[in-house]
Amino acid sequence: MLAGVGGADDRVSSLEAIDLTKHFPATGSLSLGHVWIKAVDGVSVRVGEGETLGIVGESGSGKTTLAKLFLLLERPTAGTLKFDGKDVRAFSRGDLATYRRSVQAVFQDPFSSLDPRMRVEQIVGEPLIPGDGITRAMVRERVVESLELVGLRRDSAALYPHEFSGGQRQRIAIARALVTTPKFILLDEPVSALDVSIRAQILNLLKRLQDRLGLAYIMISHDLAAARYLATRLAVMYCGKLVETGVCEAVYTEPLHPYTEALLSAALPLHPEARRQRIILKGEIPNPTNPPSGCRFHPRCHRVLPECATVEPVWREVKPGRLAACHLH
Amino acid sequence: MPLLAVENLRTHFFTRRGVVKAVDGVSFTLDAGETLALVGESGSGKSVTCLSLVRLVPEPAGRIVGGRVLLDGEDLLQKSRAQMRRVRGKQIAMVLQDPMTSLNPALTIGLQVGEVVRLHQHVHGRTLRDRVLDALRRLRISAADTRLGQYAHQFSGGMRQRVSSAIALSCAPRVLIADEPTTSLDVTIQAQYLELLKEVQAKAGVAVILVTHDFGIVAANADRVAVMYAGRIVEMGTTLQVFNHPRHPYTQALLRCLPDVELKREQLVEIGGQPPDLAQLPPGCPFAPRCPERHAACERELPQAVTVEPGHTAACWLASVAPTTA
Repeated sequence: MLAGVGGADDRVSSLEAIDLTKHFPATGSLSLGHVWIKAVDGVSVRVGEGETLGIVGESGSGKTTLAKLFLLLERPTAGTLKFDGKDVRAFSRGDLATYRRSVQAVFQDPFSSLDPRMRVEQIVGEPLIPGDGITRAMVRERVVESLELVGLRRDSAALYPHEFSGGQRQRIAIARALVTTPKFILLDEPVSALDVSIRAQILNLLKRLQDRLGLAYIMISHDLAAARYLATRLAVMYCGKLVETGVCEAVYTEPLHPYTEALLSAALPLHPEARRQRIILKGEIPNPTNPPSGCRFHPRCHRVLPECATVEPVWREVKPGRLAACHLH
Repeated sequence: MPLLAVENLRTHFFTRRGVVKAVDGVSFTLDAGETLALVGESGSGKSVTCLSLVRLVPEPAGRIVGGRVLLDGEDLLQKSRAQMRRVRGKQIAMVLQDPMTSLNPALTIGLQVGEVVRLHQHVHGRTLRDRVLDALRRLRISAADTRLGQYAHQFSGGMRQRVSSAIALSCAPRVLIADEPTTSLDVTIQAQYLELLKEVQAKAGVAVILVTHDFGIVAANADRVAVMYAGRIVEMGTTLQVFNHPRHPYTQALLRCLPDVELKREQLVEIGGQPPDLAQLPPGCPFAPRCPERHAACERELPQAVTVEPGHTAACWLASVAPTTA
C-alpha cells in the first residue's frame, strides 16, 4: 500500500451538498434576456463513510449534473459542497488534490470510458503521478493490487481494452477508480451497459469491495432494481429537485411522494403473478427552463391538491429519517 | 395452423474470423393476437432472428442458410425481392429500439407515416392524409394535424417511439416485431408505451414478437417466452411456466441473478464466465462452460429441445431426466 496516497486519517469522511444549484444558460434560444435551464435546483444530500446513496430519477431529472458537481467538473451556481466539513470553495491546492484522490468515478459505458490506445496498466495507473515520493515501481505495484481487487489477472496489465469483454472492461474502470484508495466512488449507471448475466458479477463485486475497503458509493441510476440491491439510502430526483430521501428499504416499501410511488409502480417486478396496482403517469418530464409553478410534479400527479399548482412544497422531515417535499405530508 | 411458423431457421455470418452462427436452428410458432417474448443477452441471436423473418439480414456477410418462415403457410424465404417488399410493412412490421435513428431527421413525420400507407394501400391526397391522421391518433399523438408537418427532433423520446409504432401499425400488419422498443425510454414512459401497445394490440388483433433483455417486461407483457442463448432457443413455454418452473439452467440462473424491485436480495447468484464466441462454439451445449450443473454428456453432444410439459420445451440434457419441483 502506498503511503500518503488517499490522505488516510481516522476522521469519519463525509460528502455533503447543501442547497446545491446549477443553472445553465440556454443557448440557441431566440429570446433575449435570461433563460436558464435549472438542471439542479437546491439539492441537499449527505453521504457518509461506508454507505451507498442511490440517486434515482428519469432522464432530465438532473442526476448527471449532480454527479458532475460532486466530481467538481461543474461549478455550482449556488449552494455549497462540503468534504469532511470543509467548503470546497475554500480548498487549497493540496485540499483539491486530496479531494480528487478521495472521490473517484466509474461511468456507464466501459467501451467509451477507456482509451483504446492505452494499455490497462496505463489506464489504471494514470491517476497516480510518479514524483512526490511515488516511484514507477510503486505505481506498478499499486496497479497490480487494484487489478487483483477487482478479480483481474496480474498479466492483464499489458493488454489493451479491446481484448476484454464488457464486464471485464467495467472491472478495469473500477480498478482505475480504486487505485488512489478513494473513500467515495461515484457510480454513474454502473451496470446499465452490461449484459444481464454480467450485471450480477459487477454488482456483487461492488458490494464486496465496499465491505472490504469501507467505501462509500453515490450510485446514479434509473434502474430501480439495481439501486435497491446496492443502496442503503435513496434520493429521488424530479426535474432538478429532490422529492424524497430516506433509508432505501423504507422508501421502497412506503414511498411518501406520489412521484416515487409512480416511479416504483412503473418498474416491472420479475414475476408475472406479481402484477400490482400500476400508476401510469400522464405526460412527460417538464422542460427545465420553465418548470411548472408550485410543485413541479403537479401537472402529472395523481394525488394533486388545489394548492400544489401555486405553492411550492417545503422540503422537510416528514418522519424520522424521511424527508420529502409534498403537500400531502 | 399458426399465423407464423419458424422452422429450424439458420442465419450465419461469413467473416474473416470464420462462420458466426448467429441463429442456428430456431423454431417457434406465433398465433394471431398473442405476444411472444424473445429474451436473451446481446449476441444471443434475438435481433438476427427478427431480421431474418423479414429478410433484412445485412448482406453479403449475413445469409439465411436454412429453414422456413411460414406466414399463413407460405414460405417467406422462397419469395422474390419484389414479393417480399409487399410483405414488409403490410404483413410484418417492425419497431426498432431507438426511434431517433429509425426516423429520418430530414423528413416530416407526416411524410414518413404517409410513405408506408401510400406504398401499400395506394391512396393519395385527402384519403392519405386522413389515414395518416388516424394512424397517429391511434397511438395518442395529440394535435396530430399540426404534428404532421413537424420533424423527429420536435418530439420527445416517448412520442417518437409512438410515431414509429404508428408507422408500423398504419397498414394493419398481422405480425409486429418490436425489437427492444422501450430500451431508450424512461420507466414511466416505458409503462405508458407498453400499456398503449397492449391496448392497440388487443384492438387490432396483431401478433407481437417482443424482443427484450428485461425479464420485468416479459413478466408483465408476454403470453409466451422463448429464452435464447448463443443462437438457439434454450427454453420456451408460457410466461407462467418459464417463470414458475424454469427447466434450463441458463433460465434458472438468469432469474436468480437479477436484482428485483419487489424485494431486497442480500446476494445475487452470479453466472460465471461470459457468453461464448459464436465463431468458435464448443461441440456440446454452448452454455456448458458456465453451467453449474454440467456433466460429461453436455460437453460432447448438443442437447435438442424436449417437451417437459405441454407447451413447455427445454434444450438441456437434464430436462429429459429429472423433473424438479420448484
